[in-house]
Amino acid sequence: MSQTLFDKLWEAHQVRPETTEAPALIHVDLHLIHEVTSPQAFAELDERGLKVRRPDLTVATMDHSTPTWAADLQGQRRYASEQAWEQVRTLMDNCDRHGITLHDWDSPNRGVVHVMGPELGLTRPGMTIVCGDSHTSTHGAFGALAFGIGTSEVGHVLATQCLLQRRPRTLRITVDGRLGAGVSAKDLILHLIGRIGVDAGTGHVIEFAGSAIRALDMESRMTVCNMAIEAGARAGLIAPDQTTIDWLRGRAHCPQGEEFEQAARGWLELASDPGAKFDKEYRFDADEIAPTITYGTHPGMVVALDQPVPSSDEPATQRALEYMQVTPGQALLGRPVDVVFVGSCTNARLGDLRSAAEIMRGRRVADGVRMLVVPGSEQVRKAAEAEGLDQVFIAAGAEWREPGCSMCIAMNGDRVGPGQTAVSTSNRNFEGRQGPGSRTFLASPATAAACAVKGCITDPRHLDGRTEPRIHFPAPRQMEARP
Amino acid sequence: MNPLKNLESTTVVLAERNIDTDQIIPARFLTTTSRSGLADGAFADWRFDAQGRPRPECPLNTPDSGEILVAGENFGCGSSREHAVWALMELGFRVVISSRLADIFRANALKNGLLAIEVDAATHAWLLDHPGAKVGVDVAECRLELPERPGVSFELDPFARTCLLEGVDALGYMLGQLDAIEAFERGERRYGAAA
Repeated sequence: MSQTLFDKLWEAHQVRPETTEAPALIHVDLHLIHEVTSPQAFAELDERGLKVRRPDLTVATMDHSTPTWAADLQGQRRYASEQAWEQVRTLMDNCDRHGITLHDWDSPNRGVVHVMGPELGLTRPGMTIVCGDSHTSTHGAFGALAFGIGTSEVGHVLATQCLLQRRPRTLRITVDGRLGAGVSAKDLILHLIGRIGVDAGTGHVIEFAGSAIRALDMESRMTVCNMAIEAGARAGLIAPDQTTIDWLRGRAHCPQGEEFEQAARGWLELASDPGAKFDKEYRFDADEIAPTITYGTHPGMVVALDQPVPSSDEPATQRALEYMQVTPGQALLGRPVDVVFVGSCTNARLGDLRSAAEIMRGRRVADGVRMLVVPGSEQVRKAAEAEGLDQVFIAAGAEWREPGCSMCIAMNGDRVGPGQTAVSTSNRNFEGRQGPGSRTFLASPATAAACAVKGCITDPRHLDGRTEPRIHFPAPRQMEARP
Repeated sequence: MNPLKNLESTTVVLAERNIDTDQIIPARFLTTTSRSGLADGAFADWRFDAQGRPRPECPLNTPDSGEILVAGENFGCGSSREHAVWALMELGFRVVISSRLADIFRANALKNGLLAIEVDAATHAWLLDHPGAKVGVDVAECRLELPERPGVSFELDPFARTCLLEGVDALGYMLGQLDAIEAFERGERRYGAAA
């Protein structure tokens, strides 16, 4: 019988299939952990006198609470609070006690968990990967079943290397055609979420397919799968192909030589069989997708950059527009911007930084705009610096920081002020996500960079001319977080 | 985990759709290493103004208002933070009812003894329209008893139901499967997935 990619992954990892009484017991090949969602799980193990069962399949990084400032001359880091430092130190202690590899400050590989895993080759096709972080869906770009879990489940995996799961349904999104010039994977996924809605994927695993998906490089595929959770799906998937194999060859944790080529032949068998049935299907045409930006308070409220914001009678939408100070019927182009953030597990890989730097080269961040560029990992940072991208950003007046989640989740001290407008390459524009009272517009790295240069929301395809600040736009006022 | 068998309580209604876990517990409260002490952060930007004064119009600021939270569609979307569940329980909730719940939130809730269930659109609409309604919950029968209208059934995974009724979590059951897990790990693996 024809199987989907998901079916193959699921069945290859069933320790026990599900019954009416009990969910399936699914084996986990790689458990990634970080400082925010693991301490209570380790405490649970301690209370029960349990050990980490497979420290060899567990890898830790510190990314959420960590400062992105460089250490001072004494090697001190500027944590946002004593508690933040305590949380990082707890992770260090837990990893030390249980023999878990931790990529800490000294590691040349430390990074945002979903940037680091793939670049080290820890993420490979055919695996099951979990992490106490909803953007674990990122790793599905390699044809691995990867999803976010809560802290109780982190404890389950630490103790047993397994999870109890009901089999999710399958959803396929086929995108054929070609993305236009200046249209990126970020624009693609924002467009898709806008079309299907933020809960279309609930209860499902999404497989992204079609010629436009096949044409994406691995970094772009990660951007797409990263935001599957923003459509409600715990996991996104893309079938492994030659692009996947070529990207992985030679990476530190991949098999090497003939062993790699043999594994790669197996990975190519993972693709959904012809005629495989999905519970739900959508089809889109990539040619219709323009540079896209969010205008509201969830990632499904999107609009093509040059199109007017739609109006709505729905109270929740009206409330969101009021919070964002957005006027229906008007395009966002020209709206003044206070902060630009290039970073996060969605868009902080080398290609993303190149895309932003290409816009910034020879230009300057507009007066009054603060721009933060935060590479996704130490490896990304070093590669970017080797190309001189850091100098492009610094010369333009942007802040070049050390790797971390930074302003995406705003729990390390990097945040957007109350009432400020931020254009961000991250994944969530929820109320207050980037700081209490912050207003977030999600966009691609190119769009974010163009906004920084012009000081207002700008189409990166029309950077010189055409887009000027709308002087009649009301200045941002100090707004309380909620009325 | 405290068992949950039957409960009768008034409801608290947050009718907005797509309430994400950043609203339930903003990230600035996540630097804790504990499961407790999250009550002050729970819905902090809804309950308090920028100066930290309680907003009287927020239904979560009414003391002893009930143990059942009725929320708009797609409640708990976004981040996987289990802190959202711990925070809701510290506010006194034992039941969350919506027309659609985000996957990770629901899984987290049921692992902590917070009954998170979906009801049909008509029942949901009625509940949203009747804040403070006295609702009965029977976990064993998977039934909600409503005033002024017939009761309704809800779906609940049988495994989660047993855990709730007995007040046990899943880890004990999983540790009982260690022989099967070890046998699986010794076996041959497809697609070269073993590390």
